[in-house]
Amino acid sequence: MIRIEARPEAAANMVYAAPVIAVTLTMIAGIVLFMIMGQSPGVALYTFFVEPVSTFDGVTELLVKATPLTLIGVGLSVGFRANVWNIGAEGQLTIGALAGGAVALYFYEMEGFYILPLMVLASIAGGMAWAAIPAFLRSKFNANEILTSLMLTYVGLLVLSYLIHGPMKDPDGQGFPESRLFSDSALFPVLIEDYRLHMGWLFALAAVAAVWVLFSRHVIGFQIRVIGMAPRAAAFAGFEEKKLVWLSFMIAGAASGVAGLSEVAGPLGQIVPSISPGYGFTAIIVAFLGRLHPLGILMAALLMALSYLGGENAQISLNMPNAVTGVFQGMLLFFLLGSDVLIKYRLRFGR
Amino acid sequence: MDGTDIVVSAALTIITAATPLVFAALGELVVEKSGVLNLGVEGMMVVGAIMAFATGVTTENAFLAILVGALSGALVGGLFGFLVLVLLSNQVATGLALTIFGIGLSALVGHGFVGVTFAGVPSLYIPLLTDIPIIGTILFGQDLMVYMSVAFAIGIGWFLKSTRAGLILRAVGENHDAAHAIGYPVIRVRFMAVLFGGAMAGLGGAYLSLVYTPLWVENMTAGRGWIALALVVFAAWRPGRAFFGAYLFGGITIIQLHVQGVGWAIPSQLLSMLPYLVTIIVLVVISRDSGKQRLSAPASLGKIFYAAS
Repeated sequence: MIRIEARPEAAANMVYAAPVIAVTLTMIAGIVLFMIMGQSPGVALYTFFVEPVSTFDGVTELLVKATPLTLIGVGLSVGFRANVWNIGAEGQLTIGALAGGAVALYFYEMEGFYILPLMVLASIAGGMAWAAIPAFLRSKFNANEILTSLMLTYVGLLVLSYLIHGPMKDPDGQGFPESRLFSDSALFPVLIEDYRLHMGWLFALAAVAAVWVLFSRHVIGFQIRVIGMAPRAAAFAGFEEKKLVWLSFMIAGAASGVAGLSEVAGPLGQIVPSISPGYGFTAIIVAFLGRLHPLGILMAALLMALSYLGGENAQISLNMPNAVTGVFQGMLLFFLLGSDVLIKYRLRFGR
Repeated sequence: MDGTDIVVSAALTIITAATPLVFAALGELVVEKSGVLNLGVEGMMVVGAIMAFATGVTTENAFLAILVGALSGALVGGLFGFLVLVLLSNQVATGLALTIFGIGLSALVGHGFVGVTFAGVPSLYIPLLTDIPIIGTILFGQDLMVYMSVAFAIGIGWFLKSTRAGLILRAVGENHDAAHAIGYPVIRVRFMAVLFGGAMAGLGGAYLSLVYTPLWVENMTAGRGWIALALVVFAAWRPGRAFFGAYLFGGITIIQLHVQGVGWAIPSQLLSMLPYLVTIIVLVVISRDSGKQRLSAPASLGKIFYAAS
């Protein structure tokens, strides 16, 4: 018989041990899953987690995938700390990509140093505008931001579908629902010649640094932490909850918008019907796995990026359905949330 | 098509669109009445959808398919229950995890079932009654699951209001510490509620893949689980109102189809946004009065219960 017993104090070391436990358990469950699917677990694990990053090219691809996850992950972590549940990052990413992409298409075949900065500003504005809706509805009408932000994700994806089948469609594209290819001035410059790793990664690192400074050095970061841990104390101290709701959504919206742009102006190079394979949702896992800490999020984003690469690789060389990635990600979050019990409680064996 | 045909087809569309929402919303309503907030309705629905569909296609037995849909929904719901009730994890985060996991798992299982069709669930046919013009088909010509959804709406209303078990469930949801002090098994009651909610979400998903489409498409629930969550808020945690709300949403799909039928030049994507936009508007209208909402919501909703002794 196992009992759960409250610890007198939360165990700090468990905060960091839980992700390790969760990853280990996910690996074990993964082995079982691979065996059920009739794969040799050794080969499958190697294909999934080692082979994708065994070359320099693979490592740069890992960073390409980690870029949007890191950006959105740190953006969401601000709100999650304040108990603001923005789960509509996927929609904010989409609208940000569309806004930035619209600038790129407007300046089609033109050159100029000003195009990229304008695109970045537009994507930030787009992501923020989409995030502003749930922020407004929550602070003004008390509407549950989980549901509104998620509903807006579906609306955002339909906006993308409408634009790409209509106004944004390439006039010379033989009817394919894709935009024109962005001109060189409208593409994120690559960091290393001949590889796809692009400037967006620097934005991701900058976001990590900015949020780290916000939490460790700025009074607003302190207020966010207090409001998340002790809402009543925060109210007595006179912190304005509405202001922090707005701030959380604006930061996440801006970060998601840039993440969207870093896809369309990065590896994609155009607007396509499906901009993201669910980065906005995976980033939720990234934020939790990274313990809502910017550096942790960076590491978690790399791990999740690996799960995407691994899924693609397993699809190609082992003919496994790509959906395995989603199962892995879901299991990891389950195990993490389960392992978190060890922070506040301890397990007692026997009676 | 003459007038009666339009009325009948409109009513049938409303019923088919509303039924999955009725199942999912009623299930979540019971879960929330016990004080647990399960945001994983979408995940349980989509798992129910693929498991029911896979069973239906493989065995060609509609009843077994429905049963498996309910059981698999309950099974993944049980996973959620174990995490939040035994391991005391955060309910919001765990619900999200359940949705992400469910979508992934269903896509994996459904990999081999794309492009397959299912014969459908048999409809009721009572000689004479079903043949009555207009109301005959609407009242006596539906499939089994529609009648089940109506029965559940009435049954759950009765259970919560008039039975001792329903009273205990509500007590646990209102004040788990008091309920525990009196000696009610808080965790067990909640676990059963979560399993029931999972089974209902599974049934909702099963209806989608067995009757509504009847096909398997990846991610086919398309946010209906979340709409069901909004419906519970809209219904102020009353089963009758949840049923009514689901039919209201079913009605929205009618607008969608008819505008397209009339041939107005509105892009289909804009029409497809309607259910989501209406959900947002409904939430805003309902939530505006925060005091009133606090009165109707179960007082222990979403709070972690840990029995110190």
